Amino acid sequence: MIPLSHYLFVSAVLFAIGTTGVFLRRNLITILLSIEIMLNAVNLSFVAFGRQMGTVDGQIIVFFVMTVAAAEAAVGLAIVIGLFRHRESLNPDAFVSLKW
Amino acid sequence: MSETLIFYALSGLAIGASALVIGQRNPMYSVLMLIASFGALAGLYIQLDAPFVAVAQIIIYAGAIMVLFLFVVMLLNAPKEDGADWDQSHPLRLPAVTRLGSMLAVLLVVQLTWALTEASNIGGAVSGGHDGGTVSSVRQLGRTLFTDYVFAFEATSILILVAMVGAVMLARREGERS
Repeated sequence: MIPLSHYLFVSAVLFAIGTTGVFLRRNLITILLSIEIMLNAVNLSFVAFGRQMGTVDGQIIVFFVMTVAAAEAAVGLAIVIGLFRHRESLNPDAFVSLKW
Repeated sequence: MSETLIFYALSGLAIGASALVIGQRNPMYSVLMLIASFGALAGLYIQLDAPFVAVAQIIIYAGAIMVLFLFVVMLLNAPKEDGADWDQSHPLRLPAVTRLGSMLAVLLVVQLTWALTEASNIGGAVSGGHDGGTVSSVRQLGRTLFTDYVFAFEATSILILVAMVGAVMLARREGERS
């Protein structure tokens, strides 16, 4: 049997990779993808903890996280399309001004 | 023993694919790598005795959300990271700041590892105490979802409606007000 801490370690590494991507990449789409990596890391620890506790609540929260991730992706990508129409760029440094 | 091997293979695949998502400059390859990572995570869910979550992961994440990302990447047609002129001028691109960011990421890993080793009293085997057969069945899942979490479920439907309307409003061209 695999200990719970191994799953949590995988989750921690995935979350750190996502955080690194948000800070280091200079592409709006890659940043959104990094956020998805972080959400999945949290999902993994939810399922592992739910298995540990013997309840089904962890999996249900994972469903809600997935739904929120879908809504976030839809709205975020719509915003990205709108920004790209204005500046012809996906670099977040191109959008430092609040008004143009 | 084979279970441990499968666990390490799937975790390695998930972590490696996620690292490649970050390492690519072409967002198209990033999206495809992320689909591979989600597939490995679905395998981990199956190992955690959560088959319904695994299937939902494949269908919703890899099937729906990532296809949405792929559509946008192809639609925008801006495959490479651009803007070297933006990069040099921005204060966040200073080498010291970049080094600080990487240091903070490493610090996050160290902290999380430390927390895990400290909390070793929860480190028993995952499928230790109970018989997993009844607890994670889809029947039990649906029953709990529609009794204890029914309010959150309905709120989620409203959230999806709002997100749909918002996405349509945001992505519409300006001046197309009917």
